Amino acid sequence: MANDGIVLKTEGLTKYYGGVHALEDADFTLHEGEHVAIVGDNGAGKSTFVRQITGVEQPTAGKIFFGGKEVAFNSPIDARDFGIEAVFQNLALADDLDVPSNIFLGREETYFNLGPFSFLNEKKMYKNSMEALERTGVKIPNLRNSIANMSGGQRQCVAISRAASFASKLIIMDEPTAALGVQETTQVENIIRGLKKQGIPLILVSHNLRQVFNLVDKIWVFRRGRIAGMLEADKTDGNEVVSLITGVKTGVHENASYI
Amino acid sequence: MTEGTVTNQAEPVAAPATVEGGKRQRSHELNALMGLVGIALIFEILGWVFQGQSFLFNAQRLSIIILQVAVVGIIAIGVTQVIITGGIDLSSGSIVGLTAMVAMSFAQVSTYPRAVYPNLTDLPVIIPVLIGLGVGLGAGLINGALIAYTRIPPFIATLGMMVTARGAAKWYTRGQPVSFPTDSFAAIGQGMTPVFIFLAIALLFHVALKYTVYGKHTYAIGSNESAARVSGISVERHLIMVYAIAGMLASLAGIVIAARGLTAQAGMGTMYELQAIAMAVIGGVSLSGGRGSIVGTVIGAAIFGVIISGFTFLRLSAYYQEMIMGAIIVAAVVADVYRQRYRTSAR
Repeated sequence: MANDGIVLKTEGLTKYYGGVHALEDADFTLHEGEHVAIVGDNGAGKSTFVRQITGVEQPTAGKIFFGGKEVAFNSPIDARDFGIEAVFQNLALADDLDVPSNIFLGREETYFNLGPFSFLNEKKMYKNSMEALERTGVKIPNLRNSIANMSGGQRQCVAISRAASFASKLIIMDEPTAALGVQETTQVENIIRGLKKQGIPLILVSHNLRQVFNLVDKIWVFRRGRIAGMLEADKTDGNEVVSLITGVKTGVHENASYI
Repeated sequence: MTEGTVTNQAEPVAAPATVEGGKRQRSHELNALMGLVGIALIFEILGWVFQGQSFLFNAQRLSIIILQVAVVGIIAIGVTQVIITGGIDLSSGSIVGLTAMVAMSFAQVSTYPRAVYPNLTDLPVIIPVLIGLGVGLGAGLINGALIAYTRIPPFIATLGMMVTARGAAKWYTRGQPVSFPTDSFAAIGQGMTPVFIFLAIALLFHVALKYTVYGKHTYAIGSNESAARVSGISVERHLIMVYAIAGMLASLAGIVIAARGLTAQAGMGTMYELQAIAMAVIGGVSLSGGRGSIVGTVIGAAIFGVIISGFTFLRLSAYYQEMIMGAIIVAAVVADVYRQRYRTSAR
């Protein structure tokens, strides 16, 4: 398969949890530089889909192609090695650690390699964290404070900066603004716009249709564990999206240009 | 405590951040240190009132306190790391007993006619020490693997090990004590050697927890296990390592205590697990994981030692001492719960 400008492609991606069919037969495509949204009701399979393509879980069936090659992510580290970073719904931060420790969690900078007993290069992590936060336009007064002492918005910004500073190929955000206030949401949205300018592809899982229409090129609608359809943001409206989410309307698949 | 002041977002990024960050963490330890001084002063005053003599300015008493603290303190260093991951280790006291028995059985002198292994006497000291540490390593690996892979609560896994290891200690010689070690083995427990061992271990793991990836991941797992997992930390492997280290440190304590007493009995180390947990919690290690330090535990151990020897000094009966020890453990946990609540409300 040639690359065709396709970053990520799934074929028949399926995930069962015991008898629960959380995701069935998902065919999904993401092109270079593209920002897309995944929308759907609760239990539609959005987060399940994200967990499969980030290596947090392994699919029951189906194929994942990344950069034109078939891949099998056995863990989030595998996905990371391909340049995929994710911001998870439940704020994957360690509360008792400070900002640099969180940004570099699981890939700490060390002076020399002694396995788990390698000495941490705190200075370098601090400096790189400052740069990462600056790049994403995040202002955090004291990086040495533990995350527990920060507001929800600051915490989310740290999580996003972490993903943004390491993602070279793809960034995935699962409900990044769900728990945030208006001002903080705006800040996160600005970070996303910045990523668009840098040309880093993004998959945004969101319930907020206004946000989706403001930020993305395409909208993928999930319903009851299946992909109900794909809509281009500038050729559709909220009504059509909602009718796909609720199942009033089906079968937009055929009209979409890529499928 | 001055924490939880979330500064305005609009402020410029602060540069000399290390100072404030360090202060916040130090404050727990500073509190514990002030507690230590306060408690010591109370006993000093009570000493002059009831006994007509000084509590603190007595070299013999101080060295007894330090020695008492040192053996359980070695265990507490391991337990601290386990608690920081959000776990608990109840098996350490039994591992002390089992290790004491096993190590001593390989350390006996040939002149003693009823040695456990009559053909394996007068062995070089390294052999009983390595076998002893192996006991703790094995027990710790089992603890860790059970917790990491079957996902049973650490409380249950280590409770099982507590009972099993104690049983094994009794079974090993059918309840008979094991005595008459070689001079070189006995030397491990003589004089102030246990104190030096304790301090060396404390320093080693202070560095490991504060300055290495091992430490960072230990705190991360206790802080948010799922975050650690999605960040690519091998949580299972790390937990097994932490429990194995805790087991080996319990074994080290068992070796020291057997060498010190020149004899090993199956009942050795009973309740040490609770004393070690108490030292850690008094020193500010949070039972909910993610917070605490070796420095804190060392201070906690000192507080614990001062209280116990203080009561002995005041000629309080041993029964009262046990009751008070129980109350101290509960009080330390209550203090921890209040600290949590303060943190949550400060957010």
